[in-house]
Amino acid sequence: MSTETAEKTEVKKPAEALLSKRRKKLISDPLVDDNPITIQVLGICSALAVTTQMKPTLVMALSVIFVIVMSNLTISIMRNTIPTRVRIIVQLAVVATLVTLVNEILKAFAYDMYKELSVFVGLIITNCIVMGRLEAFAMGNKPYDSILDGFGSALGYSWIILAVAFFRELWGSGTVFGIPVFETISSWFGEDFSLATNGLMVSPVGAFIILGLIIWVQRTKTGYVEH
Amino acid sequence: MQQSNTYIITFSVILTVVLGFLLSGTSQLLGPIQKEAVALDTKKQILGAVMDAEKIAAMKPNEIKEYYENTISSKVVNIKGEEVTEQEGAAVTAETVDVAKNYKKPADERLYPVYIYHEEGSEDKVVAYILPLYGAGLWDAIWGYLALKTDLNTIEGVTFAHAGETPGLGARITTGDVQSRYEGKKIYDESGELVAVEMQKGEGKDYSGDEHKVDGMSGATLTAKGVNNMFVNYLGAYESYLEKVKGNS
Repeated sequence: MSTETAEKTEVKKPAEALLSKRRKKLISDPLVDDNPITIQVLGICSALAVTTQMKPTLVMALSVIFVIVMSNLTISIMRNTIPTRVRIIVQLAVVATLVTLVNEILKAFAYDMYKELSVFVGLIITNCIVMGRLEAFAMGNKPYDSILDGFGSALGYSWIILAVAFFRELWGSGTVFGIPVFETISSWFGEDFSLATNGLMVSPVGAFIILGLIIWVQRTKTGYVEH
Repeated sequence: MQQSNTYIITFSVILTVVLGFLLSGTSQLLGPIQKEAVALDTKKQILGAVMDAEKIAAMKPNEIKEYYENTISSKVVNIKGEEVTEQEGAAVTAETVDVAKNYKKPADERLYPVYIYHEEGSEDKVVAYILPLYGAGLWDAIWGYLALKTDLNTIEGVTFAHAGETPGLGARITTGDVQSRYEGKKIYDESGELVAVEMQKGEGKDYSGDEHKVDGMSGATLTAKGVNNMFVNYLGAYESYLEKVKGNS
């Protein structure tokens, strides 16, 4: 199914045709075969911006999971009452409200994180994955399915940005979650030995390279080809 | 489906009201906690001018508050360097002065907070004078804290913060790498004239021989200009206060 459905995704409405009864697929599909970042190439902006370190990336991932799941649920519950002519605005209002909530909560309880992520939390509103799932799925499906679908897509987004952040932090700063890995390894080999960090990984260019490599590996495995 | 205009308008109104209540409710609920977070962050920035960033990062919120209480005494002065304790009948303390709001007033009407960093518990043993700075960067406000050693000339350290500078370019003013360039620089020249410290255009040159210049940030010349203006404006405003302190000691 990988080639056919993935292609359709690029064009318009993603995988909902083969939703059938197997809800597991709702979650597992976006992880690899229909990954929002590597296959649909959505949400790249934040994938580049917040991934220099694992910690902010994790917060970003959790925020996105919260926003996608909750907006999918809300829109799905309201789907039969939403007037079709203003549905995009309604979706936008719901997403914007949720994002503002996340932002306010971060500001109150994790101010340093709030400063670090700054504008990128607000930009979840414009993350195409969110609106994409609402339009393509939540508008036409029951709440429970929508939660699963949202969770799957958000997870697909999250693991990619976490993977990118892992390599960028490791190679760029020599740490993982702030724990000095390079230093420890260097110390095993005595005084003179030290692993060098790569400054390129700290800049957005590093994210492009890592993301490119992930997409390469993944497409080699799944045989997905873009036309 | 229901498509009449009345339906759409009613739906939109209800949605707006519900979401509006939700948002204003959250804001009301979280407001005090956020205020506290901002106050703590300001304390961190003030201490950041005289302490290592790692050291502050390792401290818990109440440790920071306690350390701040024990080491910082503050006052408010006006442009003539006179201490201000009340304004329009209300008591004035450095912590309640909003530098951003004061920035909008003419320079001679502003209130200028001063934070005096002293050894723990003994207010007489002053280590540094910390002055807030405020100005405009390229996109939005930038601000910072400048710590002067007791000679009121040598820079002990600076912290900068910004509201919306470009990540990776102007936003680099928040990094220790850029801030440490100011350490040891002097704000007065040999004749006693206030010249401040100027961040240069371009990056990678060595300015260690020049007491009034620091290396610039590549690609962020306009932010650097904002930083320079902020130094000139605020040091100018604090000049009479600095003179007064010098005269007393």
